[in-house]
Amino acid sequence: MTAAKQIATLKIQRGGVGEAARFERFEVPFEPGQSVLDGLRWLRAAADPTLAIRFSCINANACKECMIQLDGETVYACTARLEPREMTLTPLPNKKLLRDLVTEIASPSERFK
Amino acid sequence: MHRFALHRIRENTRYERRMAAELVTIETDVLVVGSGAAGMYAAIEAARRGAAVLLADRSLIGRGGATVMAQMTVAAALGEETPDDWRHHYDDTIAAGRGLCDEALARLLCEEASDCIRELDRWGVGWARKDGHITATQAPGHDRPRCVYVDFINTGPAVSKTLRAEIARHHKSICKAGDLCVVDLIVGDGEASGAVAWHLSSGAPVMVAAQATVLATGGLTRLFARNSASANMGGDGYALALRAGAPLIDMEFVQFFPIGHLAPRLIGMDPIMWDPFRYKLGGRLRNGRMEEFTAAYGSDEDGKYVLTRDLATYAILKEVAAGRGSPHGGAYLSFAHCSRQALRAAFGPVIDRLAANAIDLTRMPVEVAPIAHYHMGGVKADARMATEVPGLFVAGEVVGGANGANRLSGNAITEALVFGRRAGASAAERVKHRAPPRHRMRPQDGAAALDLVRRDGFTRDRRKNTAAMIARLQAIMTDDVGPLRTGRGLAHAMTQIEALGDELGERPPGRAANFDLQRLEWFDLRNMLVVARAIVQCALNRTESRGAHQREDFSTTRPEWQVHQTVRGRDGRLQTSGAPHAAATVIAS
Repeated sequence: MTAAKQIATLKIQRGGVGEAARFERFEVPFEPGQSVLDGLRWLRAAADPTLAIRFSCINANACKECMIQLDGETVYACTARLEPREMTLTPLPNKKLLRDLVTEIASPSERFK
Repeated sequence: MHRFALHRIRENTRYERRMAAELVTIETDVLVVGSGAAGMYAAIEAARRGAAVLLADRSLIGRGGATVMAQMTVAAALGEETPDDWRHHYDDTIAAGRGLCDEALARLLCEEASDCIRELDRWGVGWARKDGHITATQAPGHDRPRCVYVDFINTGPAVSKTLRAEIARHHKSICKAGDLCVVDLIVGDGEASGAVAWHLSSGAPVMVAAQATVLATGGLTRLFARNSASANMGGDGYALALRAGAPLIDMEFVQFFPIGHLAPRLIGMDPIMWDPFRYKLGGRLRNGRMEEFTAAYGSDEDGKYVLTRDLATYAILKEVAAGRGSPHGGAYLSFAHCSRQALRAAFGPVIDRLAANAIDLTRMPVEVAPIAHYHMGGVKADARMATEVPGLFVAGEVVGGANGANRLSGNAITEALVFGRRAGASAAERVKHRAPPRHRMRPQDGAAALDLVRRDGFTRDRRKNTAAMIARLQAIMTDDVGPLRTGRGLAHAMTQIEALGDELGERPPGRAANFDLQRLEWFDLRNMLVVARAIVQCALNRTESRGAHQREDFSTTRPEWQVHQTVRGRDGRLQTSGAPHAAATVIAS
């Protein structure tokens, strides 16, 4: 007998430069031990590839690119745990928004100008 | 100014088309593509020799790529603790390469390694020390302790940080450009003269005119489902070089790291993390029945860590195939013979991160399995890091041949440093000694790539799922192009890869707007698919087993196959050469 599959509901801020921000809800399968980034990557491949997120190293917490806000707290998506509840994901509020959860986080000297 | 234009994009389609087409052009002496250790060292060296450098990365500067992920060691015959000489390092590198190392490249790698390590030491990288000496550990395949490290799996991040700081000191001559994705190199009159790119953050098309270009984009491990590198390691440099007319070699040799973390789920750690602890503590590999098994494959570990990567990968996969795998399809790695104190001394703060993932090594083994880790093949280059296309240089993992059919532990960061420095020097020399450029950038140069970058594709469409297509490619490569291969499986993979190519189509989705990840994935797939085809074709041709290339239907190493295969791109098709005549006949029949 298997337990019913658990679900994490991700409420994600969408929208790009010059657009009004809107929220969309997605349900992703939950397995204990997963990261929020696991959920976001699953979501892009299974449902919506237009969702923009920024990450490089996926799991090592080495690149430090996946900073977002989870329920109003700044986290790395790769180390924040996915949980079987509604989780609100928003872009960093103090950085320039590029699209969805992606903000301009590079130092000015390392940006293309 | 292009940024202003992009703010207006959504308001007026006609205006948007006109403005989105507005091109940003840049002129520089040296364009370096990729900002891992190889790219950063190339930029520093070119700048030291007087060149102006544009250091471009499709991700953030010094954060993506493989270097920042390297938690292990760097091989160099420093001889500070144990007497050593680069010739011993060279002998080990050649032996590990199973007869296929390019000797000039392997020699350069070993001969200049110590110099680069000491330069990084002066720049404050913080190599682990004992009694005032840089200390070294002994990795499998090395005849003595030769591998330096920054302790507690911090080697890669420390190397990245150190090089970024050094680049900042050269801020007058190195211009950094993050989020800049190179689409194609520009070749005019047979010489590399720059690149067409787009700026991911804004969507702007960009044209770079450069007298020399260095490709330092890293390897191709993203082609496989389980891999140990960043999401941007999709073989960009191989595809760029191929389309520019530079040949690739040894594309069939993908290194799998045998003991990548498999289970339980462990977040916030690179899956290759177990290696440094095996150096320190040994660790024991067991099959699903908790039996030792490596002796049956020709190497008895006896509690020590001596098994080379190709052999260990083979042994683990064979146990799994025989039904003796661990529950998630790998092997067990156990440190249960070590005391809590010994574990704490070796693992330091990593013990706490393991505890946060409910892993207690004194009580439980972990599961490990081979994971795509590194590419031995790459762009054909000489010891100046020059390719066959004048003005085009390569560095780091983009370079093919130095490591033959199997890379020795510790040589990856070494080659990033040594080849990066050499490529930067060669690029700067070209700028300095060159007559005024014969070729001036013309409007038609890079026209096809510019058209792709500027073009509005189908509207943002959830149905054309580029993320899912990448996942499918990864599954194809993992199922049939992994460490154990057959002619039938490889042919099956080729058919599926070609079908993905048809599905991809000729136009990217979306339009030139801010951070369109789906559009980026389309350009990624354009590169990944050509690189995948190159690997599969070379693997099909090579009817023998050698190092990282193991054919179940041709299980022995054959002397006539001690040759490099070359791949060229001709008229949109791939052409391989170099296979021995007898073997070519086997394929034809």
